[in-house]
Amino acid sequence: MAETINLGKALNHGLRRSLENDPKVVIMGEDVGKLGGVFRITDGLQKDFGENRVIDTPLAEAGIIGTAVGLAIRGYRPVCEIQFDGFVFPAYNQIVSQVAKMHYRSKGNVRLPIVIRIPFGGGIGAVEHHSESPEAYFSHTPGLKVVTCSNPADAYAMIQQAIASDDPIVFFEPKRRYWEKGEVDLDLPLDGAYPLHAARTARPGNDATLLAYGPMVKVALDAAAAAAEDGRDLEVIDLRSLSPIDYPVIFDSVKRTGRAIVVHEAPGNLGLGSEIAARITEECFYSLEAPVLRVTGYDIPYPAARAEEEYLPDLDRVLDAVDRSFGW
Amino acid sequence: MAKGEREKAGNDVPAGGFVQLLTPDGERIESATTADGTTYTVDFTDEEYRELYRDLVTVRRLDAEAVALQRQGELGIWASLLGQEAAQVGSGRALRSQDMAFPTYREHGVLYCRGIDPIMPFGLFRGVDQGGWDPNEFRFNTYTIVIGSQTLHATGYAMGITMDGKTGSADGEAVIAYFGDGATSQGEVNESFVWSGVFNAPIVFFCQNNQYAISEPLERQTRVPLYQRAAGYGFPGVRVDGNDVLASYAVTKAALDNARNGQGPTLIEAYTYRMGAHTSSDDPTRYRISSEVEAWKAKDPIARLKAFLAKQKVAGDDFFGEVDDTAGKLALDLRERVLAMPDPQPVAMFDNVYPNDSPELIKQRKAFEDYQASFEGSGH
Repeated sequence: MAETINLGKALNHGLRRSLENDPKVVIMGEDVGKLGGVFRITDGLQKDFGENRVIDTPLAEAGIIGTAVGLAIRGYRPVCEIQFDGFVFPAYNQIVSQVAKMHYRSKGNVRLPIVIRIPFGGGIGAVEHHSESPEAYFSHTPGLKVVTCSNPADAYAMIQQAIASDDPIVFFEPKRRYWEKGEVDLDLPLDGAYPLHAARTARPGNDATLLAYGPMVKVALDAAAAAAEDGRDLEVIDLRSLSPIDYPVIFDSVKRTGRAIVVHEAPGNLGLGSEIAARITEECFYSLEAPVLRVTGYDIPYPAARAEEEYLPDLDRVLDAVDRSFGW
Repeated sequence: MAKGEREKAGNDVPAGGFVQLLTPDGERIESATTADGTTYTVDFTDEEYRELYRDLVTVRRLDAEAVALQRQGELGIWASLLGQEAAQVGSGRALRSQDMAFPTYREHGVLYCRGIDPIMPFGLFRGVDQGGWDPNEFRFNTYTIVIGSQTLHATGYAMGITMDGKTGSADGEAVIAYFGDGATSQGEVNESFVWSGVFNAPIVFFCQNNQYAISEPLERQTRVPLYQRAAGYGFPGVRVDGNDVLASYAVTKAALDNARNGQGPTLIEAYTYRMGAHTSSDDPTRYRISSEVEAWKAKDPIARLKAFLAKQKVAGDDFFGEVDDTAGKLALDLRERVLAMPDPQPVAMFDNVYPNDSPELIKQRKAFEDYQASFEGSGH
């Protein structure tokens, strides 16, 4: 049954199906129950699954993740909601020192199938701490896997795959795309879905490769459409998995096109683009027609909302980078 | 016995009192009643008294062996439990088989009382692994080194017990979370109190107040006695003489039973003293005076039980000698097995990062193996 729904609703459907399929799945977080979350991603779930399955927690992020660890040791599969990107840091200790390391510490005896959902990124006119892109911190941490979705169909499948995975997964949701609509096959069997940790070519092309994820995929696709009018045939790759990164897909593309541009909202310094550029240089050196370029947020704290349009990578900045790549 | 009489016996009771059933000079107090009207006592057979004594002596002897192993360079570090044997054996023996314990890195005595081979944590301290046991097999979580983090894990686990419907009866399950006086300043520990309170979790918070967080005395962590903090979270707090194995047992057993019966959390402050260094890397002479250590030596947990057993003629020199000998043999056996622990294979460092592995890690492991193999036959 294919339906046209927005990304937020797709996540809601995916969470619902996970709750239905596995009685050990529990959702926990601030305001996820009666309110359905500040973005309504868990709307209606507590009503249908009860207060033991969809748990309104005290206002304490370390507590959300720390108790999820204990629930996971007990055999549960907690899906934790962190209300906003900038609110994850009280839980950083638990995520980095406990969630990421307990499987290793216990020589594989403990599995923590925990999903940490984090709405991330800017573009919604919010106050401080509500528009950040902290994915590099978690991608840098061995023991965690990190994914993000860019469209409703992926949102629906990926949240279910993340919950079904025994790996601890930080699941970044592109909050400004919550309301973007797309077609979703709600009957899609999970084992027929595109693999969780695989990148996907969102638009094939031959002249340059745009690498993007989460909210920036739409920007990259728009840029590719605009470039096509100028006769440039850009390939767009949606990374989907940020740790591990699906490098073979990237290398195959860049070896064909000879040009790569990484786009993300997070600050450029030591961001994912830095690592991707290094890896492309190592693997595709003789194929490169130009250095790998990055279009990113600046190395500043996320700015005030009325300046964010200038901070966020947009179609023009991506096209400017494409021009620079071709001008090399 | 009234409080005044206990003080007369040279007993150094902290202001506000604590639950004590055995004085430092080995006098048995029939029962102790706290301000909230709860009465604690124990009813042990002679054999059970003797076995508690054996536990205390054994865990101290094994601990001493570990300290020696560290000094001889066979362990990277060791966190000694010296002085805290009664708190650990008393609480450890109060646990039932279905209960789950969440230790710090110092609960070797609790581990022993769970019936676990005492060698289990030595992999961690020798540096051959990071712990590596299965918490669910032993009902004893891996040692947690970041201070206080395990209290939240314990709370979540306890919430799971409730969700599984395993509370509300005399055979219910309960959780015990260990931590120290320093940990009570951690936000995560306070969050675990909040969570346990609002979810009525079946958990006992067992704080071994050994008076120091490395060098910092209790006064740097709190303005009120630690057990009194429980009131602010809406559950009972009780202070017990942590050098009294009988009282530590009685208070912990009652709190665990309350938890398994569905009555929610309890905070226990076991008032004790870390007779040794924080770890083998610490030098306590820099921050505490010897007269303080001497005063606590007079309150030794083992000496008082030995005095009681002798006075009651529950045990004599033959028994005490046999216990020492047996503990010594266990220590020697432990030493030999620690020395025989194989170093890890370097490539094993890539194991168990993820349940589902990662293609990037598989590549790194292969590159590492190839690099190592490149030295074969080259004399390196």
